[in-house]
Amino acid sequence: MADLFTVSLIWSTIRLSTPLILAALGGLFSERSGVINIALEGMMLAGAFTAAAMTYATGNPWVGLLTAIGAGAGVAAIHAVACIRYRADQVVVGTAINILMIGLPGFLSGAFFLSSGSTPQLPIEQLIPLAPIVMAFAFVPLTWYALYRTPFGLRLRAVGDNPEAADAAGIDVAKIRYTGVLLSGALAAMGGAYLSTGQSSLFTRNMTSGRGFIALAALIFGKWKPTQTLLACLFFGFTEALTIQMQGVVKLPSGEDIPVQFIQMVPYVLTIIVLAGFIGHSRAPAALGVPYAKER
Amino acid sequence: MNLLFPVIAVAAAFLVGSVFVLLIGDNPIETYWLLIGSALWWPDGIGYTLFLATPLIFTGLAVAVAFRAGLLNIGAEGQLYVAAFATAWVGIVLANVPATVLVPLCFAAAIAAGATWGAIPGLLKARFGSHEVINTIMMNFIAVALVSYFTQYHYRTPGDPILQSAPISANAYIPRVGELIPGFPERIPLNLAFILALVACVLVYVLLWKTKWGYELRATGSNPSAAEYGGISVRRQIVLAMAISGGLAGMVGINEVLGYRHRYYDGFSDNYGFTGIAVALLGRNHPVGVILAALLFAILTRGGIPVDAFTQNVTKDIVQILQATIILFVAAEALFRKPFQRWLTSSPSR
Repeated sequence: MADLFTVSLIWSTIRLSTPLILAALGGLFSERSGVINIALEGMMLAGAFTAAAMTYATGNPWVGLLTAIGAGAGVAAIHAVACIRYRADQVVVGTAINILMIGLPGFLSGAFFLSSGSTPQLPIEQLIPLAPIVMAFAFVPLTWYALYRTPFGLRLRAVGDNPEAADAAGIDVAKIRYTGVLLSGALAAMGGAYLSTGQSSLFTRNMTSGRGFIALAALIFGKWKPTQTLLACLFFGFTEALTIQMQGVVKLPSGEDIPVQFIQMVPYVLTIIVLAGFIGHSRAPAALGVPYAKER
Repeated sequence: MNLLFPVIAVAAAFLVGSVFVLLIGDNPIETYWLLIGSALWWPDGIGYTLFLATPLIFTGLAVAVAFRAGLLNIGAEGQLYVAAFATAWVGIVLANVPATVLVPLCFAAAIAAGATWGAIPGLLKARFGSHEVINTIMMNFIAVALVSYFTQYHYRTPGDPILQSAPISANAYIPRVGELIPGFPERIPLNLAFILALVACVLVYVLLWKTKWGYELRATGSNPSAAEYGGISVRRQIVLAMAISGGLAGMVGINEVLGYRHRYYDGFSDNYGFTGIAVALLGRNHPVGVILAALLFAILTRGGIPVDAFTQNVTKDIVQILQATIILFVAAEALFRKPFQRWLTSSPSR
């Protein structure tokens, strides 16, 4: 019995971490380039809705996944243009995108599926429950390699830490930042697609329920580094798996249940503690959140 | 100039919204007519619109005060949840205290709880330099989990299937407008908190522009290093500004608990905290602007209900689309400013 519990706990940790890993890696590309991305939540929702809707329309979940990636990049493009070209406040734009993505899927599904915010149920053979998990874990070393072993990664980090110097060295700051933000949309949308066409079989209103913010927390907890971010995602996925599995199972010595709410708080409390520097220091990219204006 | 761009942004957002409406085969003019017309109908439309504007005035003011001090308070949502629970808690625990004492105590509980929840990220920023945006986001989730725990485990009426607290004492109720003004229907939940919101606007105005402390707060916001050099303790300003901001957000609890539901209802906030960011931004972080912007967003929210029911395809989700587009256009104001300035400089000279 204990073994069964452990195995299923590990498996559900992996499944629940997958959307977090994808979104957090997305956030990493955006934030390492210097653009704050609190819109991961909205980008995940864009991916989740598009994947479910397009899989339903075409019967092919891979078409769903690809269009979801496109939709995520499209939403990210709004973020990028507003933040990079028009130098809008990155947090405010991110908030706007999150609000937009609460409304837009509902608006479209109301018109096309005559429902109040969800897509029709997909048959089980049209789901892709495993591939996104493999991809998420494969993307971690790939991200590490891209970040630390390629010219693109060097430029991305340079632009995020010191855009003036990067510009002086001939790097196109805006172009690198656009790439970073678009990648973040594509990856976050993959995470969302996995929620609606892998973990479950339809899109429901606001189905990410804060996972974009947990991914953001994992990114900060992981100090904006791929490997540590992966560990943070696994840990947060584990706390979620625990809340699902332990309801009524784990008891305090006094015989009372441990309230689920306290386990739900763990990622957020830890992020605050880490950010305050109590467990090692988490340093953001130096130019994070600062729009770059080219000197003339 | 100050008023022009918000107006352009709203117009542009409605234009974008109408593209969406056309896309799904409805008539945008009819949709907007229904949206705005129904929200201004006397007395129900206006009554509910003002009722819905009340929390948005509080959260808009909250974000505006923080913004004036150079801080972005994304945490109004968490602050108002904690405050609403605190005011309900006082209303339940001190049930036998007479109204003249209990109502002020409930007000104080809401404001103090919100202020505390706001001051924590302020302190973290002042002490450790950690960014208030991330911390307020995290505090939102912690607040929701915390009050949900207290409601579920300690203050729910046994057997109640809904996640809500037991009712508060009738001594803690604040009157509805219908009880104060004869002829205004009492079924409309518009209550004393709306007046309180207007008073808060006046107080914030006086505080920010007519007191030394407000001057110091704004100096901190516009140039922290100059303020520090001029003898202002920037750290202290950060904590104070976040506490005031949180206290203002917390006053949403007065409207919700003492004026409307008379208990704490889990998950009651319709994104008030986040809409507050839009309200402050559109209102140019000024109390008068906040009132106008809160009214606009309240009209959208109220008008969304008949739109949902009476149009072919458009759902009330159009409201979020409009809100988000307004924020985007206000935030990316350079989009309009550049062509506008080009037009200003080119047309009169030729």
